[in-house]
Amino acid sequence: MSEVALRNVSKWFGRTLAVDNVTLSIPDGAFVVLLGPTGAGKTTVLRLISGLERSDAGDILIDGRSVAADTPARRNVAMVFQQYSLYPHLSVRDNLAFPLRSPILRTPEDEIARKIRHIAEVLHIEHKLDNRATELSGGEMQRVSIGRALVREPAIYLMDEPLSSLDAKLRAELRVELKRIQSDLGATVLYVTHDQIEAMTMATHVGVLDQGRLVQFGSPREIYEAPVSLYVAGRLGLPRINTLPAEIFAGAPKGARTIGLRPEHIETGAGRSTKVMRVEHLGDQTRLHLRLDGHDIVTLRNGGREPEPGETIEIHPRNPLYFDASGQRIA
Amino acid sequence: MSNSITEPTPRQKWVAGILVVGYALVTILPLIWILTTGFKTPADAIAYPPKVIFEPSLEGYVNLFTTRTRQTQEFLAAHPPQTWYEEIVRKYDMVIVGPSRYGERFLNSVIIGFGSTFLSVFLGTLAAYAFSRFKVPLKDDLLFFILSTRMMPPIAVAIPIFLMFRSLGLSDTHLGMILLYTAVNISLAVWLLKGFIDEIPREYEEAALIDGYTRFQAFYKVVLPQAATGIASTAIFCLIFAWNEYAFAALLTSGTAQTAPPFIPTIIGVGGQDWPAVAAGATVFLVPVMVFTIILRKHLLRGITFGAVRK
Repeated sequence: MSEVALRNVSKWFGRTLAVDNVTLSIPDGAFVVLLGPTGAGKTTVLRLISGLERSDAGDILIDGRSVAADTPARRNVAMVFQQYSLYPHLSVRDNLAFPLRSPILRTPEDEIARKIRHIAEVLHIEHKLDNRATELSGGEMQRVSIGRALVREPAIYLMDEPLSSLDAKLRAELRVELKRIQSDLGATVLYVTHDQIEAMTMATHVGVLDQGRLVQFGSPREIYEAPVSLYVAGRLGLPRINTLPAEIFAGAPKGARTIGLRPEHIETGAGRSTKVMRVEHLGDQTRLHLRLDGHDIVTLRNGGREPEPGETIEIHPRNPLYFDASGQRIA
Repeated sequence: MSNSITEPTPRQKWVAGILVVGYALVTILPLIWILTTGFKTPADAIAYPPKVIFEPSLEGYVNLFTTRTRQTQEFLAAHPPQTWYEEIVRKYDMVIVGPSRYGERFLNSVIIGFGSTFLSVFLGTLAAYAFSRFKVPLKDDLLFFILSTRMMPPIAVAIPIFLMFRSLGLSDTHLGMILLYTAVNISLAVWLLKGFIDEIPREYEEAALIDGYTRFQAFYKVVLPQAATGIASTAIFCLIFAWNEYAFAALLTSGTAQTAPPFIPTIIGVGGQDWPAVAAGATVFLVPVMVFTIILRKHLLRGITFGAVRK
């Protein structure tokens, strides 16, 4: 496993700047999650590191060596695609063996057999090894596809929303499994996802992309608790951060245009009166939909009596986030 | 038992079945006629009204593969027939003097037909892959140009090709005919195969590139096996064209490289109206294409390669 670094990397697709001057360092053994909406450049960053795309500017280093001119094969990276991309004409076993048999690795057959047995056990696909790749369910295909990356010991694993197509139960299972495998191997992983739970639970570092620019890079806690902008703040948190005009509560710092309130920033019992519009019971939590001066606020009930819809409750902010007119955080 | 609305009723199945069988009979009748004529005697073959029930004879096949001459009674008496096929020709006071030219014409057809098919499919696959995957300048214009070579009947350029072949020394050569049929077939091959390769998701090659393979290895190990269906059907189309082509073969070949199609009609001129020999020649001529199609048939089953990429 190795350290991977991007230095001022840019990539154009026609007239669109897909990746804008990104500098990013992925430490050895780190699990880095890239967040951002569709089109933010997350997948392009993966493809640039893998060599499937060539950058228009900047340099990419693996273990301190520039790989910008290398073919994907010579970069020694493994990638799990969002689409499973199993080779349909091969059996599961041959799919897993495919990277090991490549002219770069040329693994002896007995070692291939040993590695496949091990990976199949880890991913619970031992009984499917002799099936054709097309005879698997979606979850099995994705596990094989992850397995095809894990049989190797590459410089970095690149994973493009590998769990997004699975059902909730399998996703939760594989999430735990992936994290366990990653820490066991000490593997370096760059992982693209939309899923907040995946980001929060698996990542050692989170990078947030906005229109090709890396706007913040830090630990999941840092990204959640100290976002640099309104945009970053909106990436994490369920229910999403509430954004209101700053002057709606007293005490906004100078220059603040927007106040950002996560559920834990909202204290009840004193302050401004809001009307309870709706109460949602999600099982483990209860969401309150409030209305204040024509603005909707979603928060969680934290103890106390459960209010009824139509009731009025008082709220005030506690340690909220303040943003200026351009969306940058000022306090 | 009730049927789902997308499934035909038993009655509809019967009607469809009768239509299909009826149509098959109509189209297969000429073939059956040729097949049976090959086993008739020349007299039965021209009998009127036509004989449907007849005594089978191998005369047509013997005549197809041999050349014969008429001999005097003294000669025939001095040389009794040694084999069953010599026996057959004795009925007409003839003896076999050697093999006919059918064998070598047939071999020419095999060399030229399969040679040009291989070349068309080989070049066609590479070109189709390039058109499908790479940024080729003027791609659409080039593809249109390639297709435009099929917009006129090939025979329209017969005279220029005849003159070209003569000055290049390609007339009546195997190479000349292979190149010619390849030139005609390659546009079909490129277009057909491009369609098939377009349908193979790029993700497979990208996965192979990352798995440690070069682009050519990815093409060979991942794209080719999945294009097998397309390659097989393209090969069948190319072979059928090259195999059956008559006009150019008649024009450009006469001896060493003559293929079977222009040769078969000439059989009739050797020793009277020998329809059974012509029919036998046509029957034997059908065999390779049939065998080839049957061998490749299993690749024509689509669907085995679909469904491993989530769309």
